[in-house]
Amino acid sequence: MTEIKRYDLEYSQLDSDRMRINVGPQHPSTHGVLRLEVEVDGEIVTEVVPHLGYLHRSFEKHCEKMTFPQIIPYIDRMDYISAMNNEWPYVMALEKMLDVKVPEKVEFIRVIVAELNRLANHQIAVATFGMDAGAFTPFLYYFRDRESIIWILERLSGARLLYNYFRVGGMAADIYPGFKEDCLEVVKKVRKTNEEIMDLLIHNNIFIKRTANVGVLTPEVAINFACSGPVLRGSGVKFDLRKDEPYSVYDRFDFDVPVGVGEVGVVGDCWNRNMVRMKEMEQSCRIIEQALEMMPEEGDVTGGVPRRIKPPKGEMYIRTENPKGELGFYLVTNGTDKPERLKARGPSFVNLSVIPEISKGYMFADLILILGSIDIVLGEVDR
Amino acid sequence: MESTNFIWDLMGKNLWSVVAVISLPLIFVLIYALVAILAELKVSAWIQERLGPMRTGPWGILQPIAEVIKLLQKEDITPTAASKILFNLAPYVIFTGAYAAFAVIPFSEAYAPANINVGLFYIFAVGSFSAIGIVMGGWASNNKYSLMGAMRSVSQVISYEIPAAVAVLAVVVLTSSMNMMEISRMQEGGFWNWYIFGGPGGWTKIFMIPFTLTLAIIYFIASLAETNRLPFDIPEGESELVAGFHTEYSGMKFAMFFFAEYANMFVVAAVVTTIFLGGWTSPFGSFLAGAGWGAFWFILKSMFVVFLQIWIRWTLPRFRVDQLMYIGWKVLLPISLVCFIAISFFSLLNLG
Repeated sequence: MTEIKRYDLEYSQLDSDRMRINVGPQHPSTHGVLRLEVEVDGEIVTEVVPHLGYLHRSFEKHCEKMTFPQIIPYIDRMDYISAMNNEWPYVMALEKMLDVKVPEKVEFIRVIVAELNRLANHQIAVATFGMDAGAFTPFLYYFRDRESIIWILERLSGARLLYNYFRVGGMAADIYPGFKEDCLEVVKKVRKTNEEIMDLLIHNNIFIKRTANVGVLTPEVAINFACSGPVLRGSGVKFDLRKDEPYSVYDRFDFDVPVGVGEVGVVGDCWNRNMVRMKEMEQSCRIIEQALEMMPEEGDVTGGVPRRIKPPKGEMYIRTENPKGELGFYLVTNGTDKPERLKARGPSFVNLSVIPEISKGYMFADLILILGSIDIVLGEVDR
Repeated sequence: MESTNFIWDLMGKNLWSVVAVISLPLIFVLIYALVAILAELKVSAWIQERLGPMRTGPWGILQPIAEVIKLLQKEDITPTAASKILFNLAPYVIFTGAYAAFAVIPFSEAYAPANINVGLFYIFAVGSFSAIGIVMGGWASNNKYSLMGAMRSVSQVISYEIPAAVAVLAVVVLTSSMNMMEISRMQEGGFWNWYIFGGPGGWTKIFMIPFTLTLAIIYFIASLAETNRLPFDIPEGESELVAGFHTEYSGMKFAMFFFAEYANMFVVAAVVTTIFLGGWTSPFGSFLAGAGWGAFWFILKSMFVVFLQIWIRWTLPRFRVDQLMYIGWKVLLPISLVCFIAISFFSLLNLG
C-alpha cells in the first residue's frame, strides 16, 4: 500500500530520444495560462520547467501609483477565485498602521464572508481536480452549489466575483435581512453535496488509483519550498494561521485543522491534498455556523471607515490564511496617501514552485493531476 | 434456407437491390448518429441536473442537426507540416471500419445486410481498422499530442481485443457457430435463453450463468476501451492530450471522427446484444415476435447498451495508460480465460 510508483529514470540503456512537449499556455488543464515545458521519455516525465508571466499586469508597481482605497479592487484580481480572502490582509495591514479599531460586528462579517469564499474556492479546486481526472459530473454539481454562495456575496457586495467589499475599519455595506438564513441554507447544501461527492468521486476506486501515491510531497520538501495551505497540510504538517497565529476573532471558534493522514496511500500524495480540502469545507461550515450565532445584531459597519487614509511612515507585514495558503502583504509607506512599495506573497506562486520537484518520474497523465492538486490561480502567480 | 434479407425477396438480385442493401445501413447510421448525439447531450444533462440544449426546436431536438451544419461550415485546415495524404485519408479509414461492421449485424430475422458464416470474426477484423485510422491520423498530424494519443490507442487496442475475443469465443463454443444470425436464432424463446443467462438448455445450465454473466461484463468493459470512451478514453484524454489523435482536425474531417465514434458505439452495442442479449429475439418468447418486432427489439436492446456507455462516461474518472493495460492483461484476460475454460468444460459435458 505504501509502495510509491516512481519510475527509475535511468532504467533504460536503450538509445531513445526524449521528447519535449509544451503544455500550455493554451491547454485545457493548466488552470489558466501557465506554460509547462515538459521533457518526457515515452510517457514518463523527466523534467518540468514552468514558464510564468503570461498574465503579468505589474500589480505591485501599479499599486505605487494609486491611493490606498483604490488598491482594494486590484487585490481582488490576484486570486479571483477567493477575492474576499485577498482583501483581508491588506485591509488589516492598513488598520494596524492607522491604529483603527474594528467593530465587533465587522469582524464577524469578515469571518463569515471569508469562510464562504473559502468554501467556493475549495469547491472549484476539488471540482477541477476531478475534471483533470476525467470526471466531469462532480464539476457541475459543485458549480451548482457555488452559485448559491456567490448569490449571497453578490447581495452583500454587488459583484459576483471581484467583490471590493472590505474597507479600512469596516465594510462597504451592512448585511442584508435574511443573511443568516441564506448562510445556513448554503451550509446545508455544501454538506449534502460533499457527501455525494465523497461517494461519487473521492472514494471512487478509479480516482483512488489515479491519485493515491502520486506526486508525493514529503513534509521536509514542503517546508523547504515554503509551501502553505492545503498543500502543506496534505503532507501532514499541522500549520494553519487561523489556529497558530489567530487574527481577527478566529480564536473564539471551535474548529480543527485537518491534515493528510494517508487513508488510501502515503501522506502527501494528490489524494491527501484533495482530501484536506474536502475536510476543510466541513470546518468552514462549522465556523460559519458558530459565527452566525455569535455575531452581534447591532453594530455600525460602515461608520468607522476613515475618510482619508494616510498612514504614518513605516512598514508592516501581515499574513492570513488564504484558501490556497499563506497570503501576506508587505507594505512600506512614506507618509503620503500612496504606498511606497506593496509586496504580495501569494500562496499559488510559492506552491507552484514545488511542481518540478514532485512530478519527475511520474507519468505524463500524473503531471496534470499533480498540477491540479496544487490548486493554483494564474492571476496570483503572475500578478 | 430461408432468406435473411428481405430486400432480396422483394427486389430480386439486381443492381438496384444491391444499392438498396448497401445504403440501408448508411441511412440507419445517419439517423442513429443524430439520435445518439442528442441522447449524449440529454442524458449528460439529466445526470448533471442541467437542461441540455433547449433552443433548437422543441426541447432542443434539432441540436445534432445544428451541430452537423456548424461543422460543415468550418474551415477545413490541413497543417503545413502534416503528411497530407495520410492526414486526409485517416478519418475515412476510421469511418470505413465502423461502417463495414454494419454489414453483418442481424437487425431482424428478415434483415442482415450480409449473412456470412464468420460474422463475429469479420467484426473483429474490421474493428481493428479504427486503430489503423487513429495511428494514421495521429502520426500524419505532426503534433506531439496526436502522436502520443495514437501510440496509446494502439497499446489499448492490443490489450483489449484479446479479452473481448476470448469472451466472444466462449459463446462460439456454446453455439458452434460464428454466424450472427444463427447465434441470435438459438436464443429464441424468452430472455431466459439469452447467453448472458447461459443460453438455451435444461436446468443444469445454471452452473454456467456466473461464467457467461462475467464474460458479458468483460466484453462490455473491453468494448468501452475499443470505442475510446471513458473510463478508457486515454487516446483522446482531454485533460492530458488536448484532444489526442484528432487535435489537428477541424470541420468535416473532425465530424467524421465524431461520427465514427458513435457508429463504433453502436457496433459494439450490437455485438453485445447479438451474442449475450438475444439479438432480435423477443424477451417474452413468442409474444411480440416477428420480423418487424425483431428490428424493434434489436434496436431497443442496442440503444440500451449505448445508454449504458453514455451513463458510464458521465460518471467515472479516467484510467491512466499503465493502469489500463494492467487491467487488460492482468485482470480481464485471466478471468476471461478461466470462464472460457469452464464453459468449454461444461459444453463437453453437455450441460448447456
